Amino acid sequence: MAQDMKKVMDMVLEKYPAKAFKTRKAHIVVKTEEEPQPVITANTRTVPGVITARGCCYAGCRGVVMGPIKDMVHITHGPVGCSFYAWGGRRNKARAEEPGGMNYMEYVFSTDMQESNIVFGGVPKLKEAIKEAYELFHPKAIGIYATCPVGLIGDDINAVAAEATKEYGIPVLSFSCEGYKGVTQSAGHHIANNIVMQEIIGKGNETPKELGINILGEYNIGGDAWEIERVLAKIGYNVISTLSGDASYDKISNAHTANLNLVQCHRSINYIAEMMETKYGIPWIKCNFIGIDGTVETLREMAKFFDVPKLTRRTEEVIAEEVAAAEGEMAYYRTKLQGKTACLYVGGSRAQTYQGLLRSLGVETLVAGYEFAHRDDYEGREVIPTIKIDADSKNIPELTVEPDEQKFRVIISREKAEQMTKEGVKLGYYGGMVKEMNNNTIMIDDMNHHEMETILGQLKPDMFLTGIKEKYVIQKGGVLSRQLHSYDYTGPYAGFRGAVVFARELAAGLYTPAWRYVTPPWKQKSLLEGKVAGGEA
Amino acid sequence: MLDATPKEIVERKALRINPAKTCQPVGAMYAALGVHNCLPHSHGSQGCCSYHRTVLSRHFKEPAMASSSSFTEGASVFGGGANIKTAVKNIFALYDPDIIAVHTTCLSETIGDDLPTYIREMEIPEGKLVIHANTPSYQGSHITGFASMVKGFINYLSLNSGVPNGNFNIIPGFVGPADMREIKRIFKVMGIPYTMLPDTSGVLDAPNTGKYKMYPKGGTKIEEIVDAGNAALTVALGSYASEMGAKELEKKCKVPFITLKTPIGIDATDELLMSLAKQTGKEIPAELEEERGQLVDLMIDSQQYFQGRKAALVGDPDEMIALSQFIIALGMIPQYVVTGTPGSAFAREITAMMQEAGLEGIVKAEKDFFDVHQWIKNENVDLLISNTYGKFIARAEDIPFVRFGFPVMDRYGHNYNPVVGYKGAMFLLEQMCNAMLDKEDRECAEEDLEVVR
Repeated sequence: MAQDMKKVMDMVLEKYPAKAFKTRKAHIVVKTEEEPQPVITANTRTVPGVITARGCCYAGCRGVVMGPIKDMVHITHGPVGCSFYAWGGRRNKARAEEPGGMNYMEYVFSTDMQESNIVFGGVPKLKEAIKEAYELFHPKAIGIYATCPVGLIGDDINAVAAEATKEYGIPVLSFSCEGYKGVTQSAGHHIANNIVMQEIIGKGNETPKELGINILGEYNIGGDAWEIERVLAKIGYNVISTLSGDASYDKISNAHTANLNLVQCHRSINYIAEMMETKYGIPWIKCNFIGIDGTVETLREMAKFFDVPKLTRRTEEVIAEEVAAAEGEMAYYRTKLQGKTACLYVGGSRAQTYQGLLRSLGVETLVAGYEFAHRDDYEGREVIPTIKIDADSKNIPELTVEPDEQKFRVIISREKAEQMTKEGVKLGYYGGMVKEMNNNTIMIDDMNHHEMETILGQLKPDMFLTGIKEKYVIQKGGVLSRQLHSYDYTGPYAGFRGAVVFARELAAGLYTPAWRYVTPPWKQKSLLEGKVAGGEA
Repeated sequence: MLDATPKEIVERKALRINPAKTCQPVGAMYAALGVHNCLPHSHGSQGCCSYHRTVLSRHFKEPAMASSSSFTEGASVFGGGANIKTAVKNIFALYDPDIIAVHTTCLSETIGDDLPTYIREMEIPEGKLVIHANTPSYQGSHITGFASMVKGFINYLSLNSGVPNGNFNIIPGFVGPADMREIKRIFKVMGIPYTMLPDTSGVLDAPNTGKYKMYPKGGTKIEEIVDAGNAALTVALGSYASEMGAKELEKKCKVPFITLKTPIGIDATDELLMSLAKQTGKEIPAELEEERGQLVDLMIDSQQYFQGRKAALVGDPDEMIALSQFIIALGMIPQYVVTGTPGSAFAREITAMMQEAGLEGIVKAEKDFFDVHQWIKNENVDLLISNTYGKFIARAEDIPFVRFGFPVMDRYGHNYNPVVGYKGAMFLLEQMCNAMLDKEDRECAEEDLEVVR
């Protein structure tokens, strides 16, 4: 692509009023040969008035992290809307653990607060709602999620939860995830992580299993977790829990028995990985199960971590089998997709992980950005000490955990860890998106509609992979858009088989005959025959 | 599927399960999208705006543009004045709408943000406009939010200049763009000049031309809203979604109004045409009478599949009132009729219709899908009509299912087919009949699989 990305960046910025210009400039960087590790601003307030894709703290807490825990009843304490929008809107597939087991994914619960509850307080209604939920469903646990007005009127949901826990003998957990907290849904991830760490993980009594792992930040969109687990089980791993795709309360409560944590979505769950390392001694590595190359690399890194000859052999056998099964179709779709260009704007992980998969299909990424990432998601964890904590982040509680006297285990010694690091196992490290990107590409944090439209017009990519709010804008402009939050309701996209599904659908989307009909034939060819006086036909 | 729902009915006082309504701002956003060159703006934390745009996009499979004041904790404590002022400046610079329609959220309402004062104090470029509506989510539903935004447009913009324009104003209610097109067609065929507010046709069913336009050519024009104050009459279709705006116009500009049912089904469409004829002295054109005759023909031909069958209906109040009447006209029994939106007129009106037809059923406002499912578990129905979320019940209980109302997020093309007018009734009848016949074909004994029905 011969475009000078700095010029594109200037065009994106030129329409902004002075103050907004200054703010947005810091969120848009170009990676170049001279500047391979540009500094980006992230996790700051959205500019008021822009058409943003970002969501809220409640969405991150109830919607992303906690919602998929299938055997809990999640009660949204607030007016009806917040719960309505969390009802099946996010794809996280789940099935009951055993026949007849509990799975509340088809339900949504709320206190449906009315004006009188806002004026006189919502606590009595919340208490009653918990009672009704308990008596109707007898769930494993109940979660209570605060919405904007609850925080403002000061309903003490923590006290209600503590009282209900005593009364009903099941864990009732409260989440102060009012929508206005923080600057994106990321604040909600953090709040959920804290409570999961404090109240769920470590409560189970199972004993550690051999080759036990947790997959953190995997939400089973389109069945991703099931494809990953299929491969891992084939090799011989024990998946203790997935947080939180197809997750059950019991499985998460035993997460501390794993020997390794895999972190898929770094942004939504790195807090838990960090805290589990301190509290239980479980190391973590950043995994990537999107794309065949990513999956292979992760499997090899896992094998190196466990360092058992039989496992290593089995890993290579499975890789060989799975790659062989996928490579024919992948090669075919590569012939269809080679040379195409893409832009990506997704959540807090997929904008990176899909670049590898696209690259393997011959598709070059020109622009990539995250909705709710922090600087480390772009630049890597080495920048964490230099990230300035602003007022909005200060309002999100930071947990400090200590080693658990009974449950802390030395899984690998310090010497072993050092040796592993030398051998290329990146323990507790994530390099961020920038290292994966080519030179002369753009990273945009919190891309808004105006920026997206300018980029579409200037770069004319063949595809823009993003979410529902952007999808139809892009397609009305004649460019293919696939939703990477929901996979457009297919999937899985993860693992070996998922990569093939993704490639097939991307090609199908690009080559659908409908694109040829966008311009009517009569606009491409004159219907009149004969000569225009004084000119050419 | 919905395995945890017990048959035994327990009265709930506090817990809402699987609601049959959503919140006011999404209705306000939808109404604002029906004004040409208007950008809806959500004044609160940005999650609301994101959710609303998502559900509208999923329903219409179209862009749903709106901006947000993006409150964080600071604005929640100190008020959202600075946010809205900055927002308005940025919106005009970046997105250049002619008008910004602000609606509030729970957050800005609870802290008591004073929008009229903010709007008075802000710098608005010449020729541009900012209006607002109060839409806290702890009151009403998406239907009342829609009504409030229509009222907001009228309150800010409509003027009575003393020169009557001879138009009828139409407030179509929370119906889709295809319905708005169909209502406009009926007025055109009747020869009645009109202004429709809002009008999402052309906006949320815009063609694909390969060129994205932020403001497609559809939508009510601002000058039309201004001039609505000079109209001869306002026709409010649906008392819940439309009467509030009509009343405002009467109060502000002395335009009289009539409230009619949303014209779904034969009776409500008859009522609309007869009212229009009465108001204008015009005859009902042969074209519409022919359509009506076609509908009646279809109703008679297919009657054996409807007669005595029971239906459960869940949806928005105006639509449910008219739909119940159509169900009765088809010889069916509206066994359960539910809306999530509060209001007592709903049950009163439908119950009266049922009594007149000698039928009994449960009709309730402020109920949810969980209630309906429990009733169905106790006494099943032959047909379920509701938004997408009804599909869980339909599958759990093996009930033929017709998607209807808002939101329908799991099917394509519904926003191009009207459900209003005689044409819409024919489309609805076809869907209802086919849904029941599909079940029969799927489940009957092989020797009973009929070639002809």
